[in-house]
Amino acid sequence: MGEPAPDRRPGDRDHSPWNWLLIVPIVLPLITTFYNASSPDLLGFPRFYWQQLSYILVGVATTTLVYRMTKLTRRRDGEG
Amino acid sequence: MWRDHLTEIIVFAVLFFGVSVLGFVASRWRRPDTMEHLDEWGLGGRNFGSWITWFLVGGDLYTAYTFVAVPALVFGAGAMGFFAVPYTVIIYPLFFLVLVRLWSVSHRHGLVTPADFVRARFGSPTLALLVAITGIVATMPYIALQLVGIEAVLKTMGVTGESTLARHAPIIIAFAILAAYTYQSGLRAPALIAFVKDTLIYIVILVAVFWLPSQLGGWGAIFGAAQAKYDASPAAGDGLLLNANNQLQYITLAFGSALALFLYPHSVTGVLASRNRDVIKRNMSALPAYSLLLGLLAMLGFAAIAAGVKPLPGANPGSVDTNTIVPVLFDKQFPDWFAGVAFAAIGIGALVPAAIMSIAAANLFTRNIYKEYLNREASPAQEAKVSKVASLVVKVGALLCIVLLDPQFSIDLQLIGGVIILQTLPSVALGLFTRWFHRGALITGWVAGMGLGMWMLYQIANPATGRMHFAGSAFPLEKFGFDTKATIYVGFVAVLVNIIFAVLATLVLRAGKVTDGPDATEHDDYFVDEDSPRRGIDSEGEPVAVA
Repeated sequence: MGEPAPDRRPGDRDHSPWNWLLIVPIVLPLITTFYNASSPDLLGFPRFYWQQLSYILVGVATTTLVYRMTKLTRRRDGEG
Repeated sequence: MWRDHLTEIIVFAVLFFGVSVLGFVASRWRRPDTMEHLDEWGLGGRNFGSWITWFLVGGDLYTAYTFVAVPALVFGAGAMGFFAVPYTVIIYPLFFLVLVRLWSVSHRHGLVTPADFVRARFGSPTLALLVAITGIVATMPYIALQLVGIEAVLKTMGVTGESTLARHAPIIIAFAILAAYTYQSGLRAPALIAFVKDTLIYIVILVAVFWLPSQLGGWGAIFGAAQAKYDASPAAGDGLLLNANNQLQYITLAFGSALALFLYPHSVTGVLASRNRDVIKRNMSALPAYSLLLGLLAMLGFAAIAAGVKPLPGANPGSVDTNTIVPVLFDKQFPDWFAGVAFAAIGIGALVPAAIMSIAAANLFTRNIYKEYLNREASPAQEAKVSKVASLVVKVGALLCIVLLDPQFSIDLQLIGGVIILQTLPSVALGLFTRWFHRGALITGWVAGMGLGMWMLYQIANPATGRMHFAGSAFPLEKFGFDTKATIYVGFVAVLVNIIFAVLATLVLRAGKVTDGPDATEHDDYFVDEDSPRRGIDSEGEPVAVA
């Protein structure tokens, strides 16, 4: 577990602009016109299916990135 | 006949009873000083790390019913059933933003349920009671549906009978065992069992996804067979792609289901049991592994089409039980012993969420009805006792639903459950971000959203099955006077109206200077981590969760 930053107001930790990035995996899967098609297919899967499965990776990448970046900010705050 | 399935039944039974032993042993796992505290029984000590949380929440959110119903939906309708994938993509960034705040404020104030939060935030026992009752009512049919999942498996193995009692005897036994070890071990039981359940599910699905296509001529051939089926079917809504009329339904159903999911008491229970904010945030990157699994599983609905699977007959003469699609596919395509493993995965998969859901519903009863209205001076030990008994009552209720009523009724109730739990969104989810709403306005919004939602569900008919009301969640927009054949998810419309009413009523009540409730929380409470001590709300002799 990361060491807590003792003398900071806890509220400061969470106001990172990185959080806005999380809108991407929320909105992207809801735009059906991006993926409601059968070609090109991939390994026999029509586009509708593989593209939506690929959004899972987008989601993982985004949450991981936001988690890492907000954690870094916090550590820097702690040292400062 | 069950004799043809003997190997499957033996493998199923061995795994099932092995897991039951684990359930009882769980009370000794990460042993607390005392089990006589709601934090221990109902939240596993609020101390689960990343791995346990991953298995627990994964086992909690992806239920046995999901695992049989989603492929069944894909089997019947095609693309529409795939909404489960965008739905389970969206939930994690939402959880990341919302539930971390709930964790912090709950840690600070010792809250156990979403209704506890509403009570603290808006200072309104009435609003908290509404949220608690909504949660209990929405959770009950969800538990019953886990039994539908087990029954689909048992039916496939030929374990069924003519009389009601013979047909349900195995389920009653399974649930009695589940009730006993949940009573004894609390949340530790499903947490420990989840390790076995999820491991089995991963093995089964990965094998299925690679093995079945090799038997059925590859994914290209599988999608070809599915296309041919939908082309031949007279139904308008099915197909490998969405059409102009069901896209809006697809989007609103995925989004609405995602919003509903984190309002369900059992999701909150899983999240509050984790040790700190980092555990939750890290899990939001790891839990989508289950979504991938669900997406692959959904496509087994197409594999079932290619394999020529016919669903088993339903409870009523002439009907079919589409939930048996995946079990029948496994029975047909796998060697007996592996089909047994697969069935055990689904069966055990039903136990984990059923246990967590009954604990969550019991906690709601204890904290927001018993403690609020019946015994204000209840000690933590009394709370734990009441919760244990309430969890038994909840399970008996779910069992009666299945034994006495048509299973279809539980499925309908679950559909309604999603719509009604969404009506707690303004108080619980928006409440985590803003205290702007007036408590009276939130009640007004709840009533408006609930009323509209029920009316819309009542209006939905399905000519194909001859049902006039409550036949689905896709509301035809033409009933609102729009000149279109498009449909929309009922819950989405209902919660929008709920929010609009809550906003308008807040403006009116503020203009009328009507007294609002006090807010027991502060801005910083939503960001604290495990290093911050708990506030002394009811601190009389109560052990504090932090060292």
